[in-house]
Amino acid sequence: MSSVLYDAPGRKARTRHLVLGVVGTLVILAILGFIVWRFAETGQFSAAKWKIFTFPLVQRTLLNAVGATLSAFAVAAVGSLVLGIVLAIGRLSDRVWVSRPFHWFTELFRAIPVLILMMMIYYGLPPLFGVNWPPFVAVVVALILYNGSVLAEVFRAGIEALPKGQREAGFAIGMRKSQVMQSILLPQAVRSMLPVIISQLVVTLKDTALGFIVTYNEILFQAKYFGSQAQYGSPIVPAAIVAGVLYVGMCLILSGLAKFAESRLRRSPRVSGGRKGTAMVAAQDAAAQI
Amino acid sequence: MSTLLDNLDLFTTGFKNTVILFVVSGLFALILGTIVGAMRVSPVPALRAFGTLYVNVIRNTPLTLVLFFFALGYPKLGLPEIDFMTAATIGLSLYTATYVAEVLRSGINTVPVGQAEAARAIGLPFTQTLTLVILPQAFRSVLPPLFSVLIALLKNTTVAAGFSVAEAGAIRANLSERGYPAMEGLLWVALFFVILVLILAQLQRYFEKKWKVAR
Repeated sequence: MSSVLYDAPGRKARTRHLVLGVVGTLVILAILGFIVWRFAETGQFSAAKWKIFTFPLVQRTLLNAVGATLSAFAVAAVGSLVLGIVLAIGRLSDRVWVSRPFHWFTELFRAIPVLILMMMIYYGLPPLFGVNWPPFVAVVVALILYNGSVLAEVFRAGIEALPKGQREAGFAIGMRKSQVMQSILLPQAVRSMLPVIISQLVVTLKDTALGFIVTYNEILFQAKYFGSQAQYGSPIVPAAIVAGVLYVGMCLILSGLAKFAESRLRRSPRVSGGRKGTAMVAAQDAAAQI
Repeated sequence: MSTLLDNLDLFTTGFKNTVILFVVSGLFALILGTIVGAMRVSPVPALRAFGTLYVNVIRNTPLTLVLFFFALGYPKLGLPEIDFMTAATIGLSLYTATYVAEVLRSGINTVPVGQAEAARAIGLPFTQTLTLVILPQAFRSVLPPLFSVLIALLKNTTVAAGFSVAEAGAIRANLSERGYPAMEGLLWVALFFVILVLILAQLQRYFEKKWKVAR
């Protein structure tokens, strides 16, 4: 392994790296060891604290909670992709009276925290209309509005990064504006932005956990419920570990998909815009709205 | 309007705490993120591996769960007690640092190869190549994504409200206790967030102009 940042190590450097590596490993292992020691010392690994998770009923409830998280994610993901495309196309319109409102809409919903949006929909709106809706609606609608606005910017960046010739060629063979957008610009933009789009979807999946605060019955909500059962020794730390494993697992599967999509894109020379293009996508990907 | 004026105390403490949370955890996240980012490009394999592990695990954990652990799990570990505000700061810093690290790493890749080669050619070791030549340029080129990370951090501070921190996100609960309509209070909170985000965006434009590099 060599990089532009350093030369291939010689004999002295290799020893130095070995020493640094050993010291670094020891320091990090000490930190991890301290955490594990604290866990063990306070009995977080004792069988009594984990017993609650051995009951089939508890496991089934947790599985239902995973289902609730995934269903909120699925609806929010599809909804925000659709909203994102609509907002991007609206913003790219040539007519100012169309593009301006779309611009404001995206900027507005990108600036408001998702949690505040969820609270508005769950606590704020029902008294005004005199109806009640389940927290599911609040979680999904808030996620769609926020992620749709973020994705709109991603789509727009993708479309604007395409070479001008693509659009001109479309017009030259007599396509209308909507046809150029549908069959030339959007497919290429979506392909080149696929890694960013998928990492935004990972963010959507993680943000369903905010439903916990507006009492949506998802993984974290159940984890807190089981974690506060005093008769099983309030196993809140084990519950957090269980929830963590579930979330990390689900997100890793999605991130794996993102990596796969990226490697597929690398193979096709048509969409990659050279080093600069991929660097831009990487930077945007890294900055995907948290 | 009366909802805002009658409860000005709630709004000022709320947003004061939001800003404190944002500034303190932003600072820690930048420092920790730079260290982790440097670890991920370092010539020492063990440090690279730990950096990657940290980023991959935390980036795939919801922030709500991180704060959940620090607010509810940490007190059970028998360690020195910390208040919710400190817990939220630690959680937010650890979470945001991974994003800072990733942004910096992608920024290091955008610095032209010749810069690092020139630095090595005049005999600079890895640490000096990184801190004197590469990172200053990388920071400039990743300014826009870095600011989106900071803006996201600002918005993420609301999550702390779910764990008993009296900041902007918690204004609603206090308002409904006092019998004011939730929607009006939330709209004010949203408006203030839009203003704060606009200020940050303005700051970004200022720094971009100031640190513009001709390449």
